[in-house]
Amino acid sequence: MMTKPVNRRQFLVGAGAAVAGSGLAGILEARRAPAYAQGTKLHIVRWVDFIPEADVELKRQAPEASKALGAEIVFEFINANDVQPRITAAIQSGAGADIFMLFYNWPQLYQNALVDVSDVAEAIAKEQGGFYGVFQPSFRVGGRWLGVPHSIVGNAIAYRRSWFREIGYDRFPETWEEVRKAGAALKKKGKPWGQTLGHTFGDAPTWAYPLMWSFGGAETDPSGKKVVINSKGTIESVKWMQAFWKEACDEGGLAWDDTNNNRAFHAGDICATLNGASIYIVAKRQKDKIRDERGEPMFQDIDHAFYPFKGGAGQYPLYFSNGHGVMKYSKNQKLAKDFLRWLHRKENFEKWFVVNEGYSVAATTYWEKHPMWDKVDPPLKLFQTAARNTRIFGHAGPSTGKATEAFSKYIIVDMYAKAVQGMKAEDAVRWAETELKRIYEA
Amino acid sequence: MTDRLAGGAGSAAGVEVALPHPGAARAPARTRVLESERLLAAALLAPTVVLLGLFIAYPFVMGIWLALTDTSVGRPGRFVGLENFVRAWTDSIFQAAFRNTFVYTFWATVLKLSLGMWLALLLNRHFRGKRLVRASMLLPFIVPTVLSTFAWRWMFDPTFSVLNWTLYQLGLIGDRWWSLSPTKLPFLSDGTYALACAIVVNTWRGMPFFAITLLAGLQTINPDLHEAAALDGAGGWKRFWYVTWPLLKPVTLVVVVFSVIQTFADFQLIYVLTGGGPANSTHLLATYAYQVGVHSGLLGEGAAISLFMFPVLFAVVWLQLRYLRRLEGA
Repeated sequence: MMTKPVNRRQFLVGAGAAVAGSGLAGILEARRAPAYAQGTKLHIVRWVDFIPEADVELKRQAPEASKALGAEIVFEFINANDVQPRITAAIQSGAGADIFMLFYNWPQLYQNALVDVSDVAEAIAKEQGGFYGVFQPSFRVGGRWLGVPHSIVGNAIAYRRSWFREIGYDRFPETWEEVRKAGAALKKKGKPWGQTLGHTFGDAPTWAYPLMWSFGGAETDPSGKKVVINSKGTIESVKWMQAFWKEACDEGGLAWDDTNNNRAFHAGDICATLNGASIYIVAKRQKDKIRDERGEPMFQDIDHAFYPFKGGAGQYPLYFSNGHGVMKYSKNQKLAKDFLRWLHRKENFEKWFVVNEGYSVAATTYWEKHPMWDKVDPPLKLFQTAARNTRIFGHAGPSTGKATEAFSKYIIVDMYAKAVQGMKAEDAVRWAETELKRIYEA
Repeated sequence: MTDRLAGGAGSAAGVEVALPHPGAARAPARTRVLESERLLAAALLAPTVVLLGLFIAYPFVMGIWLALTDTSVGRPGRFVGLENFVRAWTDSIFQAAFRNTFVYTFWATVLKLSLGMWLALLLNRHFRGKRLVRASMLLPFIVPTVLSTFAWRWMFDPTFSVLNWTLYQLGLIGDRWWSLSPTKLPFLSDGTYALACAIVVNTWRGMPFFAITLLAGLQTINPDLHEAAALDGAGGWKRFWYVTWPLLKPVTLVVVVFSVIQTFADFQLIYVLTGGGPANSTHLLATYAYQVGVHSGLLGEGAAISLFMFPVLFAVVWLQLRYLRRLEGA
């Protein structure tokens, strides 16, 4: 059979169509970089991870991704509190990084500036057991995925096992009242509980929202249009916080950011705190430096307990869920999607996932079964399935941009902060109600 | 052909100046253009006007426009009139920020002025190592605000504060009979303390500017005036009040105007030191505008909050400049 000769132009057209049609699979099978213009650079902005080795791993992967995709992959790591200003500036100026790390429900807030990445997200979900429930209301807008879910930082109570044993708790106290009593006993011994109620993105809201939810409080009704925070449940939660603060907490926590409790814990100043697994992991990786009062490596005395506690209307945590968004102004949208596919390929994601040792867990359920969980220390096993039940702010309504506004203004956090500074519980809740009505009912 | 005139406006007496004859032939157009003072002035001013227009006028006008719309991040807004201003005015966090801005500016300016004046008077004396002291005075002003504020934040740290440690070692806090407080001081974890801390840091940072400027003013005062006053029997305080202060007043007013503008619109210091917390007790208009505009994505509302600074600053500057003009005229 005679074959028609193919000229150079036809070959290029055909090859281009093949690459475009087959996507990353085609690229990898062809063992050849795709035809991105020479010098193409993909710029990704992420937070500075609390597990430094996680960022090191991503930096290590960047040249591999560059080689596979035929374009330069550049990571930039910035302070978590500065990510949002960078996104706002980039969107308004129409220039900046191609991919931004998105926290919580930011796809709702930046929906007009994000590319539909449903094709990428759905393929990952299909391959890896589906995303955890928290991503549906936070990363899907109008039926489209506007961000590719990446991971979840689970929070738990890191506590000093021996100190709780000293006051008669062989196991961590389980209910709100038991925790208050145990905390009070330890504060009397000069070992207070450390909890931030400051203006910081992680530990303050992940404490305050679950506290409210677990006592039956909520920002709005299911429609998201009626503020219902002024309820018996919310007031009870505020009263519990007032008592807990006075009896059990280091009162300096009103000015803490997300790093203060880590330092205070490692310095042996606090008995317990709500945090990711980083306190344990850093203590273990720096066991020669971080020691307890007996001179032993402190990590051996650290354990984790589930937060929120039992004894209320349920246990609903808020974890730091996150992912990546491709910006509409980006000239490299296809490359950005290819990169996200590459990043989430099991063999690539696994290397980053294992380095985290449970601090960050995956966005998909597949990774709950990873062999790493058989090898991690017992205190870290709690994080294996922690992400299953997490909620997002805005509850009981949809997690819209209005919920982000309430979150960004720290209204729920400040409701508790005002109350522990002396405002009556009912007045603090009324203040929050007024502020929330200005947002949700305007 | 020229007429010759003796002395004329703008010439020295007795010097003859050549003026063109009214009937003389007109210079070529290109020469006229090149020699036109109006055009030269316009050409020289143009770069400044362009720069001011681009970097001052355009953002300002843009800010006003944004404040009149409901623009949010990534979404062009529609005109909403003064709605953003009304909304901000009725917001309890805005009201706290508005109040804080005045308290912060007032106390920081008073402290900077009084301490700066005191320092300038000290530095105006002769002593060994005077130049070194004067140069080192500028250090707080030279160090970037963010860096120096971070250092202060560590000093005020709720857990590891070196200040609390020092007070404890001195027995000023603790359970001794002379202790002033049984517990460590809540530098940044109590609203009132936190605002006071911010004022202290602002004073520390801004005082050298006052001191150096006032020192420059002091050095222009003729020492004979002080000698004459001393001979007339005036003491130190009277010499300051009747000789130094009246002569220093114009410089002082200029420094105060600059300081009020900078302090009222301060952002970095609060952002780094407290982030507006605890419970919004240290938010200033600039930090709250940033929180609303950038973090919540409500650019229109954020612009409206920041514009509340404008009439206040405009009034302050206008009043002080008017007073200054009156002083110069007297």
